[in-house]
Amino acid sequence: MGEVIVITSGKGGVGKTTTAANIGTGLTKLGHKVAIVDADIGLRNLDVVMGLENRIVYDIVDVVDGVCRLKQALIKDKRYDGLYLLPAAQTRDKNAINPEQMQKLTNELKETFDFVLIDCPAGIEQGFKNAIAGADRAIVVTTPEISAVRDADRIIGLLEAAELSDPKLIINRIRVDMVKKGEMMNIEDMIDILAIDLIGIVPDDETIVISTNKGEPVVTVQNSLAGQAYRNITRRITGEEVPYINMEEVDGFITKLKKIFSFK
Amino acid sequence: MDFFKFFNRNNGTSKNLAKERLKLVLVHDRTNCSTHFLDMVKDDMIKVISDYMEIDESGLEIKLTKTKRDHDDASIPALVANIPIKKMKDRSRID
Repeated sequence: MGEVIVITSGKGGVGKTTTAANIGTGLTKLGHKVAIVDADIGLRNLDVVMGLENRIVYDIVDVVDGVCRLKQALIKDKRYDGLYLLPAAQTRDKNAINPEQMQKLTNELKETFDFVLIDCPAGIEQGFKNAIAGADRAIVVTTPEISAVRDADRIIGLLEAAELSDPKLIINRIRVDMVKKGEMMNIEDMIDILAIDLIGIVPDDETIVISTNKGEPVVTVQNSLAGQAYRNITRRITGEEVPYINMEEVDGFITKLKKIFSFK
Repeated sequence: MDFFKFFNRNNGTSKNLAKERLKLVLVHDRTNCSTHFLDMVKDDMIKVISDYMEIDESGLEIKLTKTKRDHDDASIPALVANIPIKKMKDRSRID
Protein backbone atom coordinates (compact mmCIF):
# COMPACT_ATOMS: atom_id res chain seq x y z
CA MET A 1 0.00 0.00 0.00
CA GLY A 2 1.48 3.28 -1.09
CA GLU A 3 1.35 6.74 0.36
CA VAL A 4 -0.39 9.82 -1.02
CA ILE A 5 1.46 13.12 -0.61
CA VAL A 6 -0.12 16.42 -1.61
CA ILE A 7 2.15 19.30 -2.63
CA THR A 8 0.45 22.59 -1.89
CA SER A 9 1.17 26.26 -1.19
CA GLY A 10 -1.84 28.52 -1.35
CA LYS A 11 -0.09 31.10 -3.48
CA GLY A 12 0.56 30.39 -7.13
CA GLY A 13 3.96 30.49 -8.77
CA VAL A 14 6.04 29.34 -5.82
CA GLY A 15 7.13 26.10 -7.49
CA LYS A 16 4.57 23.42 -6.60
CA THR A 17 4.59 21.81 -10.02
CA THR A 18 8.38 21.87 -10.31
CA THR A 19 8.59 20.39 -6.82
CA ALA A 20 6.11 17.64 -7.67
CA ALA A 21 7.97 16.73 -10.86
CA ASN A 22 11.33 16.67 -9.13
CA ILE A 23 10.29 14.75 -6.03
CA GLY A 24 8.43 12.26 -8.21
CA THR A 25 11.40 11.71 -10.49
CA GLY A 26 13.75 11.61 -7.50
CA LEU A 27 11.70 8.90 -5.82
CA THR A 28 11.77 6.73 -8.94
CA LYS A 29 15.55 7.19 -9.02
CA LEU A 30 15.58 5.64 -5.54
CA GLY A 31 13.74 2.65 -6.96
CA HIS A 32 10.16 3.53 -6.01
CA LYS A 33 7.12 3.33 -8.24
CA VAL A 34 5.54 6.78 -8.43
CA ALA A 35 2.41 8.32 -9.91
CA ILE A 36 2.16 12.10 -10.08
CA VAL A 37 -1.35 13.48 -10.37
CA ASP A 38 -1.92 16.94 -11.82
CA ALA A 39 -4.91 18.22 -9.84
CA ASP A 40 -4.81 21.65 -11.47
CA ILE A 41 -7.76 21.09 -13.78
CA GLY A 42 -8.07 23.84 -16.38
CA LEU A 43 -4.49 25.02 -15.92
CA ARG A 44 -2.57 21.89 -16.80
CA ASN A 45 1.19 22.30 -16.47
CA LEU A 46 2.80 19.26 -14.95
CA ASP A 47 2.86 17.63 -18.40
CA VAL A 48 5.09 20.34 -19.90
CA VAL A 49 7.33 20.54 -16.84
CA MET A 50 7.87 16.77 -17.09
CA GLY A 51 8.25 16.89 -20.88
CA LEU A 52 5.29 14.55 -21.47
CA GLU A 53 2.91 17.00 -23.16
CA ASN A 54 2.88 15.14 -26.46
CA ARG A 55 1.81 11.85 -24.97
CA ILE A 56 -1.53 12.79 -23.43
CA VAL A 57 -4.55 10.83 -24.63
CA TYR A 58 -6.86 10.73 -21.61
CA ASP A 59 -6.89 12.85 -18.45
CA ILE A 60 -8.09 12.77 -14.86
CA VAL A 61 -11.62 13.91 -15.71
CA ASP A 62 -11.92 11.11 -18.30
CA VAL A 63 -11.01 8.61 -15.57
CA VAL A 64 -13.53 10.04 -13.10
CA ASP A 65 -16.25 10.18 -15.75
CA GLY A 66 -15.58 6.60 -16.76
CA VAL A 67 -14.54 7.50 -20.31
CA CYS A 68 -11.41 5.39 -19.85
CA ARG A 69 -9.78 3.15 -17.28
CA LEU A 70 -7.20 4.59 -14.89
CA LYS A 71 -4.42 2.58 -16.54
CA GLN A 72 -5.21 4.06 -19.93
CA ALA A 73 -4.86 7.63 -18.68
CA LEU A 74 -1.55 7.07 -16.90
CA ILE A 75 1.40 8.17 -19.02
CA LYS A 76 4.55 6.16 -18.51
CA ASP A 77 7.71 8.24 -18.51
CA LYS A 78 10.05 6.15 -20.66
CA ARG A 79 13.18 7.89 -19.34
CA TYR A 80 12.61 6.98 -15.70
CA ASP A 81 11.58 3.49 -14.75
CA GLY A 82 8.46 3.47 -12.59
CA LEU A 83 7.37 7.08 -13.17
CA TYR A 84 3.81 7.79 -14.30
CA LEU A 85 1.80 10.96 -14.85
CA LEU A 86 -1.95 11.36 -14.57
CA PRO A 87 -2.57 14.63 -16.44
CA ALA A 88 -5.19 17.23 -15.59
CA ALA A 89 -7.92 18.12 -18.06
CA GLN A 90 -7.26 21.41 -19.80
CA THR A 91 -10.71 22.24 -21.10
CA ARG A 92 -12.63 21.66 -17.86
CA ASP A 93 -12.59 23.37 -14.47
CA LYS A 94 -12.03 22.43 -10.82
CA ASN A 95 -15.69 21.47 -10.37
CA ALA A 96 -15.38 18.66 -12.90
CA ILE A 97 -14.42 16.36 -10.04
CA ASN A 98 -15.27 16.23 -6.32
CA PRO A 99 -13.32 15.19 -3.20
CA GLU A 100 -15.01 11.76 -3.00
CA GLN A 101 -14.02 10.95 -6.58
CA MET A 102 -10.49 12.11 -5.89
CA GLN A 103 -10.27 9.94 -2.81
CA LYS A 104 -11.44 6.91 -4.75
CA LEU A 105 -8.86 7.65 -7.44
CA THR A 106 -5.94 8.01 -5.04
CA ASN A 107 -7.00 4.86 -3.19
CA GLU A 108 -6.85 2.98 -6.45
CA LEU A 109 -3.44 4.44 -7.28
CA LYS A 110 -2.10 3.55 -3.83
CA GLU A 111 -2.64 -0.11 -4.58
CA THR A 112 -0.12 -0.06 -7.44
CA PHE A 113 2.28 2.75 -6.53
CA ASP A 114 4.67 3.29 -3.62
CA PHE A 115 4.09 7.03 -3.78
CA VAL A 116 1.25 9.07 -5.23
CA LEU A 117 2.08 12.77 -5.47
CA ILE A 118 -0.70 15.29 -5.94
CA ASP A 119 0.21 18.60 -7.56
CA CYS A 120 -2.31 20.94 -5.93
CA PRO A 121 -3.64 24.05 -7.71
CA ALA A 122 -3.16 27.49 -6.16
CA GLY A 123 -6.00 28.81 -4.03
CA ILE A 124 -8.13 27.38 -1.23
CA GLU A 125 -11.29 26.53 -3.16
CA GLN A 126 -12.61 23.37 -4.78
CA GLY A 127 -9.30 22.51 -6.45
CA PHE A 128 -7.50 22.56 -3.12
CA LYS A 129 -10.24 20.52 -1.45
CA ASN A 130 -10.02 17.93 -4.23
CA ALA A 131 -6.24 17.76 -4.04
CA ILE A 132 -6.08 17.12 -0.30
CA ALA A 133 -9.05 14.74 -0.19
CA GLY A 134 -7.10 11.51 -0.52
CA ALA A 135 -3.79 12.67 0.94
CA ASP A 136 -1.96 10.94 3.79
CA ARG A 137 0.71 13.63 4.13
CA ALA A 138 1.21 17.20 2.95
CA ILE A 139 4.18 19.21 1.81
CA VAL A 140 3.83 23.00 1.83
CA VAL A 141 6.00 24.96 -0.60
CA THR A 142 6.81 28.60 0.05
CA THR A 143 9.31 31.23 -1.05
CA PRO A 144 10.95 33.90 1.15
CA GLU A 145 8.32 36.52 0.33
CA ILE A 146 5.67 37.96 2.62
CA SER A 147 2.82 36.98 0.32
CA ALA A 148 3.95 33.37 -0.08
CA VAL A 149 4.58 32.86 3.65
CA ARG A 150 1.25 34.40 4.53
CA ASP A 151 -0.56 32.05 2.15
CA ALA A 152 1.47 29.11 3.44
CA ASP A 153 0.30 29.95 6.96
CA ARG A 154 -3.30 29.94 5.80
CA ILE A 155 -2.84 26.62 4.03
CA ILE A 156 -1.23 25.06 7.12
CA GLY A 157 -4.32 26.09 9.09
CA LEU A 158 -6.62 24.55 6.49
CA LEU A 159 -4.58 21.34 6.34
CA GLU A 160 -4.81 20.98 10.08
CA ALA A 161 -8.55 21.64 9.97
CA ALA A 162 -8.78 18.83 7.40
CA GLU A 163 -6.86 16.59 9.83
CA LEU A 164 -3.78 16.49 7.64
CA SER A 165 -1.54 17.26 10.55
CA ASP A 166 2.23 17.68 10.65
CA PRO A 167 2.75 19.09 7.16
CA LYS A 168 6.36 19.57 6.07
CA LEU A 169 7.84 22.76 4.64
CA ILE A 170 9.93 23.32 1.52
CA ILE A 171 11.46 26.77 1.20
CA ASN A 172 12.02 27.42 -2.46
CA ARG A 173 14.08 30.03 -4.31
CA ILE A 174 16.21 31.14 -1.43
CA ARG A 175 19.00 33.53 -2.43
CA VAL A 176 22.04 33.23 -0.20
CA ASP A 177 23.50 36.57 -1.29
CA MET A 178 20.33 38.43 -0.31
CA VAL A 179 19.86 36.54 2.94
CA LYS A 180 23.41 37.46 3.91
CA LYS A 181 22.75 41.11 3.31
CA GLY A 182 19.60 40.88 5.42
CA GLU A 183 17.44 41.67 2.42
CA MET A 184 15.61 38.34 2.40
CA MET A 185 13.97 36.36 5.20
CA ASN A 186 16.15 33.46 6.26
CA ILE A 187 15.21 29.86 6.98
CA GLU A 188 14.90 30.37 10.71
CA ASP A 189 12.61 33.40 10.25
CA MET A 190 10.19 31.35 8.20
CA ILE A 191 10.24 28.24 10.42
CA ASP A 192 9.72 30.50 13.40
CA ILE A 193 6.67 32.11 11.82
CA LEU A 194 5.08 29.03 10.29
CA ALA A 195 5.95 26.67 13.16
CA ILE A 196 6.18 23.49 11.06
CA ASP A 197 9.07 21.12 10.32
CA LEU A 198 11.36 21.77 7.41
CA ILE A 199 11.93 19.07 4.80
CA GLY A 200 13.93 21.02 2.24
CA ILE A 201 15.59 24.23 1.12
CA VAL A 202 15.92 24.82 -2.60
CA PRO A 203 18.20 27.63 -3.78
CA ASP A 204 17.17 30.00 -6.54
CA ASP A 205 19.13 28.35 -9.31
CA GLU A 206 19.19 28.96 -13.04
CA THR A 207 19.60 25.24 -13.70
CA ILE A 208 15.91 24.87 -12.80
CA VAL A 209 14.92 27.24 -15.59
CA ILE A 210 17.16 25.42 -18.04
CA SER A 211 15.83 22.01 -17.02
CA THR A 212 12.23 23.14 -17.23
CA ASN A 213 12.89 24.56 -20.69
CA LYS A 214 14.03 21.10 -21.76
CA GLY A 215 11.31 19.21 -19.89
CA GLU A 216 13.85 17.31 -17.82
CA PRO A 217 13.59 17.46 -14.03
CA VAL A 218 16.60 19.16 -12.43
CA VAL A 219 16.79 16.37 -9.84
CA THR A 220 18.57 14.30 -12.49
CA VAL A 221 21.21 16.96 -13.18
CA GLN A 222 24.24 15.92 -11.17
CA ASN A 223 26.11 19.23 -10.90
CA SER A 224 23.05 21.32 -10.11
CA LEU A 225 22.63 22.65 -6.60
CA ALA A 226 18.85 22.73 -6.90
CA GLY A 227 19.06 19.16 -8.18
CA GLN A 228 21.02 18.19 -5.09
CA ALA A 229 18.45 19.96 -2.91
CA TYR A 230 15.65 17.92 -4.51
CA ARG A 231 17.63 14.70 -4.21
CA ASN A 232 17.99 15.41 -0.49
CA ILE A 233 14.27 16.14 -0.10
CA THR A 234 13.46 12.88 -1.83
CA ARG A 235 15.60 10.92 0.58
CA ARG A 236 14.08 12.74 3.56
CA ILE A 237 10.61 11.77 2.33
CA THR A 238 11.62 8.12 2.48
CA GLY A 239 12.65 8.63 6.09
CA GLU A 240 16.38 9.11 5.73
CA GLU A 241 18.15 11.83 7.69
CA VAL A 242 20.06 14.00 5.26
CA PRO A 243 22.09 17.06 6.27
CA TYR A 244 21.22 20.34 4.61
CA ILE A 245 23.40 21.68 1.80
CA ASN A 246 26.15 24.07 2.71
CA MET A 247 24.80 27.15 0.99
CA GLU A 248 27.98 29.15 1.60
CA GLU A 249 29.96 27.21 -0.94
CA VAL A 250 27.33 27.97 -3.46
CA ASP A 251 27.73 31.63 -2.98
CA GLY A 252 31.46 31.43 -3.55
CA PHE A 253 32.45 34.43 -1.46
CA ILE A 254 33.05 32.95 1.95
CA THR A 255 33.94 29.31 1.83
CA LYS A 256 35.64 29.23 5.18
CA LEU A 257 32.49 29.04 7.27
CA LYS A 258 32.34 25.45 8.29
CA LYS A 259 28.81 24.62 9.20
CA ILE A 260 25.99 26.60 7.77
CA PHE A 261 22.87 24.60 8.27
CA SER A 262 23.77 23.13 11.58
CA PHE A 263 20.31 22.98 13.13
CA LYS A 264 18.61 19.70 13.86
CA MET B 1 23.25 27.59 15.25
CA ASP B 2 26.19 29.51 13.76
CA PHE B 3 24.40 29.92 10.50
CA PHE B 4 21.49 31.75 12.03
CA LYS B 5 23.60 34.01 14.17
CA PHE B 6 25.54 34.89 11.10
CA PHE B 7 22.43 35.80 9.20
CA ASN B 8 20.65 37.38 12.10
CA ARG B 9 23.14 40.11 12.81
CA ASN B 10 21.31 42.48 10.51
CA ASN B 11 18.85 44.82 12.12
CA GLY B 12 16.80 47.44 10.39
CA THR B 13 17.18 45.64 7.08
CA SER B 14 14.29 44.91 4.76
CA LYS B 15 13.98 41.33 5.94
CA ASN B 16 13.26 42.47 9.48
CA LEU B 17 10.63 44.80 8.15
CA ALA B 18 9.14 41.91 6.17
CA LYS B 19 9.17 39.69 9.23
CA GLU B 20 7.48 42.26 11.44
CA ARG B 21 4.81 43.06 8.87
CA LEU B 22 4.20 39.39 8.29
CA LYS B 23 3.88 38.62 11.99
CA LEU B 24 1.32 41.34 12.42
CA VAL B 25 -0.76 40.35 9.43
CA LEU B 26 -0.73 36.72 10.54
CA VAL B 27 -2.05 37.61 13.98
CA HIS B 28 -5.10 39.05 12.26
CA ASP B 29 -5.32 36.19 9.73
CA ARG B 30 -5.10 33.51 12.38
CA THR B 31 -7.68 35.03 14.67
CA ASN B 32 -9.87 35.91 11.72
CA CYS B 33 -10.32 39.35 13.15
CA SER B 34 -10.93 42.59 11.25
CA THR B 35 -10.34 46.19 12.29
CA HIS B 36 -14.12 46.57 12.47
CA PHE B 37 -14.22 43.77 15.03
CA LEU B 38 -11.48 45.46 17.04
CA ASP B 39 -13.47 48.72 16.98
CA MET B 40 -16.46 46.89 18.40
CA VAL B 41 -14.34 45.44 21.20
CA LYS B 42 -12.89 48.88 21.83
CA ASP B 43 -16.31 50.57 22.10
CA ASP B 44 -17.59 47.93 24.50
CA MET B 45 -14.49 48.19 26.64
CA ILE B 46 -14.93 51.95 26.88
CA LYS B 47 -18.50 51.44 27.97
CA VAL B 48 -17.62 48.97 30.71
CA ILE B 49 -14.57 50.77 32.04
CA SER B 50 -16.30 54.17 32.03
CA ASP B 51 -18.55 52.91 34.81
CA TYR B 52 -15.55 52.67 37.09
CA MET B 53 -13.12 55.31 35.93
CA GLU B 54 -12.77 58.26 33.65
CA ILE B 55 -10.59 57.31 30.68
CA ASP B 56 -8.92 59.20 27.86
CA GLU B 57 -10.81 57.78 24.89
CA SER B 58 -8.60 59.47 22.31
CA GLY B 59 -5.50 57.92 23.85
CA LEU B 60 -6.96 54.43 23.99
CA GLU B 61 -5.00 51.87 22.00
CA ILE B 62 -6.07 48.33 21.34
CA LYS B 63 -4.28 45.77 19.23
CA LEU B 64 -3.85 42.09 18.63
CA THR B 65 -0.38 40.73 19.07
CA LYS B 66 1.38 37.51 19.94
CA THR B 67 2.64 36.35 23.27
CA LYS B 68 4.30 33.27 24.70
CA ARG B 69 2.20 31.08 26.93
CA ASP B 70 3.82 30.67 30.37
CA HIS B 71 3.82 26.91 30.77
CA ASP B 72 5.00 25.74 27.34
CA ASP B 73 6.22 28.84 25.49
CA ALA B 74 3.70 28.24 22.71
CA SER B 75 2.88 31.32 20.71
CA ILE B 76 -0.69 32.48 21.29
CA PRO B 77 -2.62 35.59 20.24
CA ALA B 78 -3.05 38.30 22.86
CA LEU B 79 -5.25 41.34 23.05
CA VAL B 80 -3.24 44.28 24.32
CA ALA B 81 -5.07 47.39 25.43
CA ASN B 82 -3.46 50.61 26.59
CA ILE B 83 -6.08 52.67 28.39
CA PRO B 84 -5.00 56.00 29.91
CA ILE B 85 -7.01 56.75 33.08
CA LYS B 86 -7.94 60.36 33.80
CA LYS B 87 -9.33 59.69 37.25
CA MET B 88 -11.09 57.06 39.29
CA LYS B 89 -14.78 57.48 39.84
CA ASP B 90 -16.26 57.79 43.29
CA ARG B 91 -16.57 54.23 44.62
CA SER B 92 -19.56 54.95 46.82
CA ARG B 93 -21.55 55.67 43.69
CA ILE B 94 -20.68 52.34 42.17
CA ASP B 95 -21.59 50.30 45.21
